[in-house]
Formats: sequence, structure tokens, C-alpha cells
Amino acid sequence: MAPDACAAGFERFLRLKAPHVPDFELVNEEGETPEGLLAKAKVLVIGAGGLGCEILKNLAMSGFRNIDVIDMDTIDVSNLNRQFLFRSKDVGRPKAEVAAEFIRQRSPGINITAHYKRIQDMPEEFYLGLTLIVCGLDSVEARRWINAYVHGLAESHGFDGFKPIVDGGTEGLKGNMRVILPRHNACFECGLSMYPPKTTYPICTIANTPRLPEHCIEWASVLEWPRTFPDTKLDGDNVDHINWVVEQAATRAESFSIAGVTFSLAQGVVKNIIPAIASTNAIIAAACVNEAFKLVTSCNPYLDNSLLYTGDSGVYFLTYPLDQAEDCLVCGQKEGALAASSESTLEQLIDALKEHGVFQLKAPSLTLAGTNLYFQNPKALEEQTRPNLSKRLRDLFDSGSTLTVTDPTLPTGLRVTVNFTDATDPGA
Amino acid sequence: MRRIWNQKKTAAEAQKTQSKESPAKLRLQKELGELSVTKDTTIEIAANISEFTMTYRPSEGYYKGGQFKFQFEIGDGYPHDAPKVRCLQTIYHPNIDTEGHVCLNILREDWKPVLNIQAVIFGLHMLFQEPNPDDPLNKDAAKLMVDDAAEFGRTVRSTMRGRRIGTADYDHVLIEPAGRGY
Repeated sequence: MAPDACAAGFERFLRLKAPHVPDFELVNEEGETPEGLLAKAKVLVIGAGGLGCEILKNLAMSGFRNIDVIDMDTIDVSNLNRQFLFRSKDVGRPKAEVAAEFIRQRSPGINITAHYKRIQDMPEEFYLGLTLIVCGLDSVEARRWINAYVHGLAESHGFDGFKPIVDGGTEGLKGNMRVILPRHNACFECGLSMYPPKTTYPICTIANTPRLPEHCIEWASVLEWPRTFPDTKLDGDNVDHINWVVEQAATRAESFSIAGVTFSLAQGVVKNIIPAIASTNAIIAAACVNEAFKLVTSCNPYLDNSLLYTGDSGVYFLTYPLDQAEDCLVCGQKEGALAASSESTLEQLIDALKEHGVFQLKAPSLTLAGTNLYFQNPKALEEQTRPNLSKRLRDLFDSGSTLTVTDPTLPTGLRVTVNFTDATDPGA
Repeated sequence: MRRIWNQKKTAAEAQKTQSKESPAKLRLQKELGELSVTKDTTIEIAANISEFTMTYRPSEGYYKGGQFKFQFEIGDGYPHDAPKVRCLQTIYHPNIDTEGHVCLNILREDWKPVLNIQAVIFGLHMLFQEPNPDDPLNKDAAKLMVDDAAEFGRTVRSTMRGRRIGTADYDHVLIEPAGRGY
């Protein structure tokens, strides 16, 4: 099918034989054209909210033909001011589905699939089938998960599991973007400490000396709710729950002569909602999609590797190459292999790790897929795991198992695959 | 980028490794394996290392002679999110309420991912060595500490033996068996 007239600009752009990048070819050695790569690429958009709507629109308009969109949320009336793929009649429906319908209708040639799910619920084959991932999320948790997951794919499947992430984020007039090439540059976890923590207030202020309506709302939600409903978790999307919080908070606010407790503020505090501005989303989403476009077509150099937009203090863009953190919990992990007899003990394995020419560990603690094999500390855990020291390796795990090792000499974890020298059937 | 994609096509089958620990779990393993606590502190922990208790026996100050038990919960958001800590006993302390909430800045507004479990344990020790009446959770205790330090000390001693004040039933937290101190 011929692309939309309004989406044809990118094709003319890609046919320009210009020195964009040294190795840019209209037809590469495999006979692929940039347009062909674009049409073939399968992009996953994580999040169909403020950023997600913009990202989906831009992808569709830039010649991407295969898009998957995933979001676990439904449309709320408060989303309609900026999440422009949704209308009043859509309130209550899954964001991913409505967004996909809109894009399908507007750009009929596009193959777009909606997933009303959590990213954790998609199977590995799904992720392996992708070309790249564009994230428009508002949660650090989801970003940490997809980052660690994608790095795991790259490690277990080599280049077949290589899935670049373009990650956008906004907060009011501020925004940022990252291009994450797993195992090639800084990952999300490397820059984790740069992300602002959740807004919290001192618990003593909440309990005794409130000055702000937020203090009263936290008093109701953090202290009073568990006292009154010890068996029910406060749900920020449950109107009855938030109404209860508003009622309690308003009474408290009145007794301290504090004004400003409202339903939307209460929901904002309880759900830790970050204020969103439509134009900031547009700026960051546009930057994300241009990077996705360049990554897929190789037409121009892509961002190395971080962008900061500080619209809150004048208009300022900063791009900078974030370095991989040596102590990164995801990409800083080293890998190694060790050969050992299945008859040797765990203690002998630990000694081998200490005496090993490369590892040279001092006091390693070992786990295997969440099972504690041996911990040096705390005392109680050392005592519990000490009996394992005299056990034979074959009674603890199979040949080819990958142990997670931590040690004071290592900035982060070390993954050691132990192969039995006397194994007749590896992995058996 | 083209170079990376091309590499992808020519790369040999990578060695299959097993699924990785979550970043939170890995960090927890590293911290616990290297945790060093003083003799006045005991950690009780089972197979699930995300939850454990810490018991502190102050050797000086108002709370000398007592043993204070705290529950630690390390969630999947760690270290972006702080550990959740609560006191398992009902105690009379300006910065700990009778439900076990602890007012310690690094557990909430001042938490940073560079901090760790060791820092939180140290912070809890400090609360017993130097209770802070300026940011109280138990207002009455804080007021008494400011107004009459000697009387505050006596109240602490008596509540540590287990006693009711107002609506609060304070737990017996003395190291000696009940009765020996009377």
C-alpha cells in the first residue's frame, strides 16, 4: 500500500544521497534500502499516555509500518487535555486499544497491535521479535524493569536479543531522553541516581506540624488509612478511597487552618502524579521518534546518548554522553566461567574464586536464581548457609548453572557459570 | 548503528545464560554479604532476604539496658526507594510512635540511592543515643524531654519495664528477665 501523502516527506529525505554518515548507503550490501528497513522495523511503544500518544502519531507519520503499543491503564477524564488520541466517549477504555484504533483509522496501511497488559506479562518471543523499543513512561519502576529485561535478552540471545531503547521522560517544563544500546553504552540503571525520588514529607511533620494541604493528605493516606482499614490497601484509582482521604484530610486541614485540600490534589499526592504539560511531551516525543528513525535507517548519527531539556529555566538543551557506571547493577555485572568437579564442595568452589587469577575475590557471597548458597554476612544468614559449604556441587546445582556472586572487591555482581569437568551430559 | 545491526547478523550463537537477579535483589545480596554490624546489633533473617529484623541494644544513653527490634522490608524499587522500617515494639520515644512509625529523615525525605542498609542501621542507633525532640512523633515524650530531662529519663526507664501510660501499653524491652530490676 502507498504511504499517506503526508508521510511521504521521510521517503524523499531518505533518497537524498547526502553525506549524512560515512556508511550511509541507499542500498546496503544485503540489498536493503533505508525505506525498506523502516517498513520492516517492528517498534514497541511502552506507554500510551501523554508521551505515548505523541510517539505513536510521530512514528506513524515518519514511515514506521509495524507498531505494538502496550499500556496497562484505562482512560481517565483528566487525560483528555493532552492525550489527543482519546475522546470523552473513550473514558474507561484501555489506552492502548483506543490509541491503536485511532492510528489504524488515520493511517490505514499501518500494522498496529494493542496490548492492554503489563510489560512483565509479555512473553520472551514477543520481545525477541522487536527491532527497537520507545518508552513514554512516568514510572521509574517500569523503566528499571524493561532496562534489566532487555539487558538480559542481549546476554542470553546475543545480537538476536539486542533491542535498543529510546526512553523519554517529562516533568512539567523539564524533559529528558536517552538512547540505550544494551551492552554498548550507559543503561537506565547507570543514571538511576539522577532521577528525582518520590516527593515525601517528614513523617513527624505529617503527624504533628502540618503546614501544607499535602501534609494533611499524607496524614490521612499514610497514617490514618492503615489504622482505619488495616486489611485494605489504599487504591489511588478508587474514587471512594480518595473521597475518604479527602474527607479526613479536609477535617485535619481545617483544624490547622490550612486551605487547599481537593480531590485532584489528594489523588495527585496518593498516586504521586507528575504534572504534565502537553508541549513538553511533544518536544520529548518528537526527539524520541527522530532517534528511532535514525537508529533504524542509519541515515544520520544518533544521539550519544542523553538529552536534557530544561524549559523551566529558559529554554536549554544539553546533550551529553553518559558513561556506563562501573557499579551499575545491570550493565556493570561481569560474567565469567569456572570449571569444577561435580564432586568438589561449595567451599572448594569459593576457594577457587578467591585464588582465581582473574576474579581474585576476598569474601564472596553466592546465590543461584534467588536461592541462598552462601552468605558471608549477616551472622544469622552465614550460619543458615554454612552447611552448604561442605556439600558437593552436584547436590546443589546442575552443570552450566550461573551463580550470582557478590564480593567486597567487586563494584557490582559477578555472574559465574560453573561447568562440571566430569559432566557426561552438560546441563543434565 | 548499521555496524551493530550487521554484527547482529554475523554473530555466532551466544552462550545461553540464565535469567538474572533483579537489580534490587542483586544490590541487597551485595549489601547483606558485606554488612558489618557491631556487637550491640543482631540481624535475624530467613531464606527470603528481602525481609529481616534488626535488634539494637544501646550501651549508653536513656535507652541503655533495653533491646529494640525493627522490621526491615526491601522492595523491588530499592535503592531508588528507601527500605521500609518499623519498630516492632511499643516504646516510649520522641521519634517513634506507638504504632512503630519511625521519624528518621533518611527513611523518607532524605533517602538517596547512595545510602544503604548500613546507613539506616546507623541512623536508628543514633535515634537511641540522641533522641531528637525537635521533630517529634510522640509529642508528649518530646515535650517532657525538653521540659524535664530527668523525669523523661525516669519515664523511659519505667516504660522499658512494660507499663501503661494514657492509652499506650508499652512493651517490656529490658534485656534482663522481667522483675530483676525492681
